[in-house]
Amino acid sequence: MKNALGLLSLLVIVAALAVVPLFGLRALVQDLFMVLCLLVLALNWNMLAGFAGLVSVGQQLFVGVGAYVMFAAAILWGLDPLTGGLIGGLVAMVLSVPVAFFVFRLNGAYFAIGTWAVADIARLSFSQWQALGGGTGTALPRGAARDMPGVQLLREVLGVSPAAAVDMLTYWLALGLVVAMLVASWIFLRSRMGLGLQAVRDNPVAARSVGVDPVRLKALVFLLTAFATGLCGALIFIQTGRISPDAAFSVIDWTAFVIFIVVIGGIGTLPGPIIGVLVFYGLQRLLSDYGTVYLIVLGVIGIVVMLFARRGLWGGFTQWTGVNLLPLEHAPPKRPDTGIRRNTRSVHGE
Amino acid sequence: MIWLDTLIQGLLLGGLYALFAAGLSLVFGIMRLVNLAHGDLIVLGAYLILGIGTALGLNPFVAALIALPLMFLLGWLLQTVLLNRVLGDDILPPLLVTFGLSVVIQNALLEQFTADSRRLPVGPIEAKSLAFGSVSVGVMPLITFASAILVILCLNWIFYRTAIGRAFRATSDDSVTAQLMGIRPRRVFALATGIALVVATIAALYLGARANFDPSIGPARLLYAFEAVIIGGLGSLWGTLIGGLIIGVAQAFGAALKLEWQILAGHVAFVLILLVRPRGLFPRAHD
Repeated sequence: MKNALGLLSLLVIVAALAVVPLFGLRALVQDLFMVLCLLVLALNWNMLAGFAGLVSVGQQLFVGVGAYVMFAAAILWGLDPLTGGLIGGLVAMVLSVPVAFFVFRLNGAYFAIGTWAVADIARLSFSQWQALGGGTGTALPRGAARDMPGVQLLREVLGVSPAAAVDMLTYWLALGLVVAMLVASWIFLRSRMGLGLQAVRDNPVAARSVGVDPVRLKALVFLLTAFATGLCGALIFIQTGRISPDAAFSVIDWTAFVIFIVVIGGIGTLPGPIIGVLVFYGLQRLLSDYGTVYLIVLGVIGIVVMLFARRGLWGGFTQWTGVNLLPLEHAPPKRPDTGIRRNTRSVHGE
Repeated sequence: MIWLDTLIQGLLLGGLYALFAAGLSLVFGIMRLVNLAHGDLIVLGAYLILGIGTALGLNPFVAALIALPLMFLLGWLLQTVLLNRVLGDDILPPLLVTFGLSVVIQNALLEQFTADSRRLPVGPIEAKSLAFGSVSVGVMPLITFASAILVILCLNWIFYRTAIGRAFRATSDDSVTAQLMGIRPRRVFALATGIALVVATIAALYLGARANFDPSIGPARLLYAFEAVIIGGLGSLWGTLIGGLIIGVAQAFGAALKLEWQILAGHVAFVLILLVRPRGLFPRAHD
């Protein structure tokens, strides 16, 4: 029943978001595009840190690699950016294998610093790629984004300018990515593997004693989130149209913000990142006239949440009201049908 | 002889990195706290020295003497008010709180001092150099290197020869048993962070005297420092010095091959060493 309610409200929200581009308002569409992309990154980081216990400070690695491979595909190999983005996601996933071999040898804080160092290595290496502009970066060729499949169709059906059609397409793709991430996370976390993962997070020794293999599960999550993060990175830079190593591998934009979003919203819950991204966007809009003040406020809120409400806004809300949309727990198994049980129940007038 | 020159420049640069890392190493070794704001605290120290120097018309070296106790106090307060509350088995809360602190400090400095790069005016000593045969060595880098050795010696003396140091080591090894012996970990931690920020201020002095700085350079310095700490091994101060020297030498040789390879070479050295020794070269304490 509660599940149905949560599902319904999510469907309504998704449907409302889906029709936004039809009402024009390109600035709003571009804003929401970025919010949706940050949400995808946040859902991914939440899977890593909130469920798999992998506190990575290097997710910008996969954002940057996805974006750069997409640019390479579009500029050097003449593919359209969407195919390029898909290849970007795949390359990010392939790259995550050797990265995992390195960082999985490290624990806790070492893991965090290790991932960060690897991401910085990638940033510096990609700035050596002269064909893609080296350290200063490059722009997508004119018309590359307009040649993406679907753009022509949108232009004909809706009669909009090519740039607006590109915005719409990327926006819907981002929305689709959010929905896919949410559905995939929910199914995965309620599956046998997901339960194992949460068991490892809550008590590694006990989980291993019942046969859960933590390294295999964590590696799987690392691999899959690398893919989704790479896809999202490619999508972001299709919309931006320009790339540079510092922008593509920015630890602030693609990891720090994302961490704050997850923590403020509620780490280790599925709706948490959604709440977090709303708070982030709200702050950004509210304080947009005061330069970087919103970052200071964001940092302070993050600290306060860690000090006083470690489970974040959503975690606190759930605890306080008992309402839990998208619960990850399974219903407890039915009581065994023994005579003794039935007797005690009947005593209580059932 | 160019190789010898590169090696010496690298070692001297490594001295600076060891200074960045020494405070971090102390805190990390004692309470396993990953202070992601350490780089920004160093930059904050540099601005503090600059501010005191400008306001009172003092040489940065003298201004740093005034900044030292202030930064100690800041570290003590930071630990008491903020960081002690989030220490525990879970590494996420301290990581996030210091990450938040990093963003706050960085942007507060940006608001206050703009993104212009600054430099600490240390006077004529800045351009002086000594010639050893064919190799010429700057006086400032030499002083930096000597200070790094001195700082490590002092920290080691505190760590192994004083009652405070005994408390540090005891808490690092087994904080529960240390409490049974009448040590209050929270006070020990506050003291350690205070000392760490004193070292950070010394690092800030040389950072600002040798190169330009602006509010955004903290995280990169933090990364070099952390690599030095990890290469050196948890809880080993000499290890941290050697880690800093390795990063410095690797960067110098990278830069000698191709200028853009400087930072990359440092990171690659870090990864290679960790591949061979995941716990660093000289780990003292256990994780």
